[in-house]
Formats: sequence, structure tokens, C-alpha cells
Amino acid sequence: MSAQNLSILDTLAFNDEGYMTDRTQWTEEVANAIAEDEGITLTERHWVVIHFARKVFAETKDSPTLRQITKQTDVSMKEMYQLFPNGPAKKAAMIAGLPKPTGCI
Amino acid sequence: MKKTLLILGAGTGGTMVANKMAARLDADEWHIIVVDRDETHYYQPGFLFIPFGIYDAADVIQPKRNFLPSAVETVFSDIEIIEPDQNRVRLVKDQRVIPYDYLVIATGSHIQPEQIEGMTDSGWRKNIFDFYTCEGATALAQFLKTWDGGRMVINIAEMPIKCPVAPLEFAFLADWYFQERGMRDRVEIIYATPLSGAFTKPRATVALGDLLARKGIQTVADFNIAEVDNNRQAIISYDEREISYDLLVTIPTNMGADVIGRSGMGDELNFVPVDKQTLQSKKWDNIWVIGDAGNAPTSKAGSVAHFMLETVTENLKRHMDGLEPLPTFDGHANCFIETGFDKGLLIDFNYEVEPLPGRYPLPGVGPFPLLEESRVNHWGKLAFRWMYWNLLIKGRPMPVSNEMSMAGKWS
Repeated sequence: MSAQNLSILDTLAFNDEGYMTDRTQWTEEVANAIAEDEGITLTERHWVVIHFARKVFAETKDSPTLRQITKQTDVSMKEMYQLFPNGPAKKAAMIAGLPKPTGCI
Repeated sequence: MKKTLLILGAGTGGTMVANKMAARLDADEWHIIVVDRDETHYYQPGFLFIPFGIYDAADVIQPKRNFLPSAVETVFSDIEIIEPDQNRVRLVKDQRVIPYDYLVIATGSHIQPEQIEGMTDSGWRKNIFDFYTCEGATALAQFLKTWDGGRMVINIAEMPIKCPVAPLEFAFLADWYFQERGMRDRVEIIYATPLSGAFTKPRATVALGDLLARKGIQTVADFNIAEVDNNRQAIISYDEREISYDLLVTIPTNMGADVIGRSGMGDELNFVPVDKQTLQSKKWDNIWVIGDAGNAPTSKAGSVAHFMLETVTENLKRHMDGLEPLPTFDGHANCFIETGFDKGLLIDFNYEVEPLPGRYPLPGVGPFPLLEESRVNHWGKLAFRWMYWNLLIKGRPMPVSNEMSMAGKWS
């Protein structure tokens, strides 16, 4: 992790599970920093998912589920796991500055 | 001319609404119609016990007509389509069209094993079983009678599922069953779940995870199944992990009824978007949703449908009288969890409060220990079948309150 990113993340508030608590602080630069912290370098394909997730949240106040993402974008399930390993819907929400998806009850 | 209240589905939720509304509405003013495709009512919590020979099919089925009031018109037919913008429903039988003033959707959730590649291929009902249908549970009972052991994998395909504690109960009961038969040392039990632990809520996850470990059941977390390889007898996840099995017990993807999807009324899993506190449709103000059919972020279970009943019927009546619906549903869920050896535990929670330890007060029978194994919880669960058939689906008062109470909980 670069010193510069450390300082960006240090200025923001996260909950115990690593999700941002103040969504107004989110910027694309913040997304890059969170992603890097998770060992992910964001590509154009990641941004398709991140923008979609933020759009869904703006409309429904919920982070999208994995199924919602793969059904409503051209990103397949397999690709989601390559883009966001270990819990793709959760990782995507985290990087998009959104709360953990409530889909699983 | 009379107005029409149409109820789609006569399972737990639809039957309760029919009984309540028949008692509440003036029969000179209102015509109540219930539509369902199946004449048999299944006591679904009982499916869990069938594979282990504790119940058989006869214990869990009754004719639906026994539970519907005579004042209600009952139609057994598939639904072709719901046309909510026209306030009407088209049935398959006799191509009947039913216009309605109010609609209650109670079409439930159903397993869709075809959603997973390879699930319904050559191994289906040979060494791959579900226990969420009467047929699946009965076929599994038959299989277990002669099975001489190996690796049993219990796998949840994806969330949400109906009765999210049932797969855990299945694991606990299986451990007990194989011990009773003197073959536990020949059976390896693996619990593969897409969740990060045993359950969805933090404190219950710790308690239930401990219990799995104590019973020698291995948990594989964050496992999202992509396909079943029938030849190699293995399930494979999207991140390319593999678990081989001799016996696969699957909890397949759960979805709302096909007709919800066909009618363009559902989300990506065919669940109807609903206000989580008033239980009114988010899109049509004369449509209400009870139980599993909706997308409220609470457990899909009969106990939850029961706790929703008061909100749905009260708000229907208020809306008919020109009043605003009230946000009274708090997400309350209450589940007895069978843990084997005649014991069980009980969890009680809602949208805001996760399952906590303590004592659940129940006049006359309780208290029941919360989040802790005990015999009384097991007997509570078995007694519940009687309450279900005789009180709950008939809309009679139950000795539990709709809103969750903090009484007896240790936070």
C-alpha cells in the first residue's frame, strides 16, 4: 500500500467490516484506494460494476446482490469472481462506498 | 355490485389472510376469492423430519379446503398472468378472468434446482436430493435407509432461502441419525454455504458455528456453487474450489412463483418489491404481499408470515376505508432450531435486533431458553405442528405477539 493511499483511507470513516460510514466522502480516487487495499487494481470492467452498484443504491437504497449485477449488466458470474475475488457482491459494494448488501437474511 | 378481494396462493400466508378477511369484511359488500394450483396443503416445517423417518408424508399433508372458510370462493387453477395495471388476473382453468378491487399475493417461494448447471442431470434423486419438497424429502428418506456411508455434503446454493435455519437443522439431525444407526464413523458431514459462517446474524453465527464444530461437522464458508459434476461427483464453486461428495443434499436457489416473473412484477428472483413495514406493493397501491412472495429483508418462513398477518389485514382494511397504511411490521422472525438428541434451540429477532441469548417467555408453556440447546425447545417445535394446523392457518390467536419484545433477552 502506498503512503499516499494510506493517507486517503486514514481521513475516512469505516465500520468494523470495512464499509464506508459516510457515503458522501466517496470519490473515484477513494474507490481506487479501497480497491488497492483489498489487492485489486481497478479496470474498466470493475467500473461497469461499481457504477451499476451506485445506480442501484441511488434508486433502491440497497446494494445490489450478485444475481442482480450479473442479470442487469454484461458481467458474468465467472467474471465477477475474477474481478472481485472472495465475495464479489460484498467487495463491489465496499469499493463503491456502499453498505454491505442486505440480500442475505 | 360486490367488490372483490382476490388472494393468490393458499399456503400459510394466503390461507391466514382468507380466514382473517372473511371474518372482517361484510359478506354483502365483499366477495373473497382464493386461487391456488394445488389442492394439497403442505406443512412445510415438517419436511425436515421426513428424511430421518421421524415424520412421513402423511404427517405433513391435508386438503387445503379443510382450512378455507366456506364464505370464500376457492378456485384450483394455474394462473396465466396477473395484469396489475388492469386490476385483473387471468386463470388457465376455463380461461377465466377475475377482475379485482384488492389483490393479495401469497404465491410463496420455490426451489429451482435447474438454476444450477448439472444439478438435475443423472444424479438427481439418485445421490443428489433436496428436502424442500415432499417428494425430495421422501426420496432422501428412502436413500438413507440403505446408505452405508461416505461423504455427505450439505450445500446452500444462494441466499435468500426459505427457512434459513433448516439446512443447519438438517446437519444436526443427520449427525444424530447416523450416530443412532451406529455408522457416524463412516459418514463425513460437510456444510458448504455461500455465507461467511453458519448463519446470517453475528451472535447466532458464533453459537451455531460452535455447535457444528462440536458435532464434527466441517463448515466450508463463502462457497458459491457454479456447477455439479455428476460424473466426478463434485460441486464446483465460481472461484474454482471443488468438494467431492457421495451424497449431495442441496438447498437449491429459491425463487418466487414463475407467474410473478411472467407478469413483470418481480425482482431478479421473482420476489415482489414491497414496503418492508406496511407490506404494500411498492408499485400498486391496491396490492399487498404476505410471506415468502415479497422481498422484505427478513427470513422467509411461516412464523414470519404469521407475524405479517396483522399488518397486512389491518392495512388492507384501512386502505379500503380510505386511511393510510401503518408501518407496523418490524421484521419479526422466530425459529425453533432442531439440534438433535431431542434438543433444540430458539432464536427470536427482527429487522433491527439480532438473535440474542436469554429466555423467551410464553404463557403456560415457556419460558424457552434463547440461543441455547434445551429439551423444552425441541418439544416446542413438535408442539408447533398442532398449533399450525389448529390455530395458525385458521387465523386463530396464537400465544405469541407479532412485534418482537426485548423481555427476557440479554443484550
